[in-house]
Amino acid sequence: MAEASQMKVSDEIAITIDGMNKWYGSFHVLRDINLTVNRGERIVICGPSGSGKSTLIRCINALEEHQQGKIIVDGTELSSDLKNVDKIRSEVGMCFQHFNLFPHLSILDNCTLAPIWVRKTPKKEAEERAMHFLEKVKIPEQADKFPGQLSGGQQQRVAIARSLCMMPRIMLFDEPTSALDPEMIKEVLDTMIELAEEGMTMLCVTHEMGFARQVANRVIFMDAGQIVEQNEPEEFFNNPKSERTQLFLSQILGH
Amino acid sequence: MTDTSSQIAFVQKEPIPESPPPSTAAGPVKWMRDNLFSGWLNSLLTLAALWAIYVILSGTLPWLLNGVWNADSLAECREILNGKTGACFAVLAERWNQLLFGFKYPADLYWRPTLAFVLLFVAVAPVLFFDLPRKLLMFTALYPFIAFYLIWGGTIWSPIFALAGFAAWYMVFERLGKNSFVQGFFGGAAVAAIVWGIGSFITGAIAPEEPFLQAVPSRDLGGFMLNMMLGVTCVSLSIPIGIVLALGRQSDMPLIKIICVVFIEFIRGVPLITLLFVASVMLAYFFPPDSTVDLFLRVVIMITVFSAAYIAEVIRGGLAALPTGQYEAADSLGLDYPQAMRLIILPQALKISIPGIVNVAVGLFKDTTLVSVISMFDLLGMIRGPILASTEWNGVYWELLGFAALLFFVVCYGISQYSQWLERRLATDHR
Ligand SMILES: Nc1ncnc2c1ncn2[C@@H]1O[C@H](COP(=O)(O)OP(=O)(O)O)[C@@H](O)[C@H]1O
Ligand SMILES: [Mg+2]
Repeated sequence: MAEASQMKVSDEIAITIDGMNKWYGSFHVLRDINLTVNRGERIVICGPSGSGKSTLIRCINALEEHQQGKIIVDGTELSSDLKNVDKIRSEVGMCFQHFNLFPHLSILDNCTLAPIWVRKTPKKEAEERAMHFLEKVKIPEQADKFPGQLSGGQQQRVAIARSLCMMPRIMLFDEPTSALDPEMIKEVLDTMIELAEEGMTMLCVTHEMGFARQVANRVIFMDAGQIVEQNEPEEFFNNPKSERTQLFLSQILGH
Repeated sequence: MTDTSSQIAFVQKEPIPESPPPSTAAGPVKWMRDNLFSGWLNSLLTLAALWAIYVILSGTLPWLLNGVWNADSLAECREILNGKTGACFAVLAERWNQLLFGFKYPADLYWRPTLAFVLLFVAVAPVLFFDLPRKLLMFTALYPFIAFYLIWGGTIWSPIFALAGFAAWYMVFERLGKNSFVQGFFGGAAVAAIVWGIGSFITGAIAPEEPFLQAVPSRDLGGFMLNMMLGVTCVSLSIPIGIVLALGRQSDMPLIKIICVVFIEFIRGVPLITLLFVASVMLAYFFPPDSTVDLFLRVVIMITVFSAAYIAEVIRGGLAALPTGQYEAADSLGLDYPQAMRLIILPQALKISIPGIVNVAVGLFKDTTLVSVISMFDLLGMIRGPILASTEWNGVYWELLGFAALLFFVVCYGISQYSQWLERRLATDHR
């Protein structure tokens, strides 16, 4: 795939994860994770269910606490200091499998809430920006509706717009398309591809291998809390090194 | 074989035109057959219900319609009725003011609580109907002080200093609250306490001998006015306290959590009437010996505490019903805890809790009649005490208690209708 190499990746480092370990009680979910992400890089994380993919990206914006090792996001180290946590969260956008829109607020209010309250953006400016991003995800006409009135694909695009309104420098996606009906997956992926083309730093847990081939610079395979293999998408899919990767790929691509 | 395949293969060539739904036979006979007499069991039930309605109406209607409105005593009523069945509503007319205001509130001052009552509607309107202009909330904020001044009278400096304390609290909170909610809240509380301290000192010094509005002591309050005052005060205090308790119960901080759990469980395990007796005799021990904390305030504290514990449990249910995704979304956008609670979690949790909260509010309002047991003369206390004990009206139970029931019913029915409207109004999930 030619597209991936065309998109620029800078030398500047966006995320550093160094010897990170995490436990749930006595259960060792993440084991010695080392990962460096450059600005503008697009990374796809895949792996069997329960391998710790969600936990890993949730550690990056401190939705989960890690117990050992270092995570540095945008030059700020994640520690239990609340000030740092809030700073990092407002610079790292996140999209969830189940969208998690706020059902009691209109689409527009969903998008303006955080800029107004966290960034103290004036209301008018926040609304203009929200409309800008809603246009970008191609649903400006739904601005006054409520999340419950939208289809799954539309809701996920709103969720992306909501994150973008905070002007994040990094976007995390946790299986953004796996709760969607097949005909809606494409509209969400198209939005994500567009975002990638603009040079957003992205970490994306997904099993959409077409998407990985088209936009990723790197594909990471996780199993049992470990990073088992990482490679450029072409190499990763055509020539997987580890047995576990091979097995996994044959399972999801096999039929 | 070719036959079957041509049967399976099928293409709709003509679009099927839209047609109106089949018309069902209409008319009252058809309606009655469908709804009242559709089968022998249903017919039997219908007849039984009709008979029950007949019995009730034939018993009460003559009593209501023959009612006597003009008489000075039960004996006179009986004379007028002359053996016919009929109610003696004259007691309501004659004791009207006592039923509403109690028997000690000065008659020439009735306009003051009446005015406070009328203003109450202006004050709650913007809270209940949030489409009204938000500026009206200014009046809502002032209302407690205005109502206090109108009902109790006395020196105007007490409500003014009370208001000044809250205003100072609010201003400190605006300043500091931006950085830290906790700092703002407790900083404000400290400043408010100072203002109140100075205020009570100054008030004592400058209070005039003859205040502009004559002072009325709490023990002179009574009648339905007392029920309304207790109901409104306790409901509006117990909702915010209930929210705080519910959040405290969910807190990560073990000490706060334990305090809230123990408090809620203890209060819920004690009958309200016990708490009221505590209020009337024992609570005085908890206050400084020379302070005369009045009975009204003590009762308000007890009823508030009681219903706050129940409301906290209702809200806890609402909080538990929210998916964790809502907390995570709020966190991932960088909202801090107070913001996430105020903007995301509580609006949804409270919406789920509306029926439960209304349930508690209605119950609380009716329970205000329990204060008659600790010799406060609320509506029920007035009826049981001064009115039924008087020689003129000894024995007019049905009329008086029916009237009390009617007043409570009107208020409670209003609350429940409002809550249903609110639920429809807030429905945004379009399921
Ligand atoms: N809050 C939690 N408490 C305990 N165990 C958890 C929790 N969340 C996830 N786990 C466990 O951690 C493992 C990794 O979970 P997760 O990161 O969600 O996997 P994935 O996203 O790769 O499917 C799973 O075995 C899961 O059961
Ligand atoms: Mg997952």
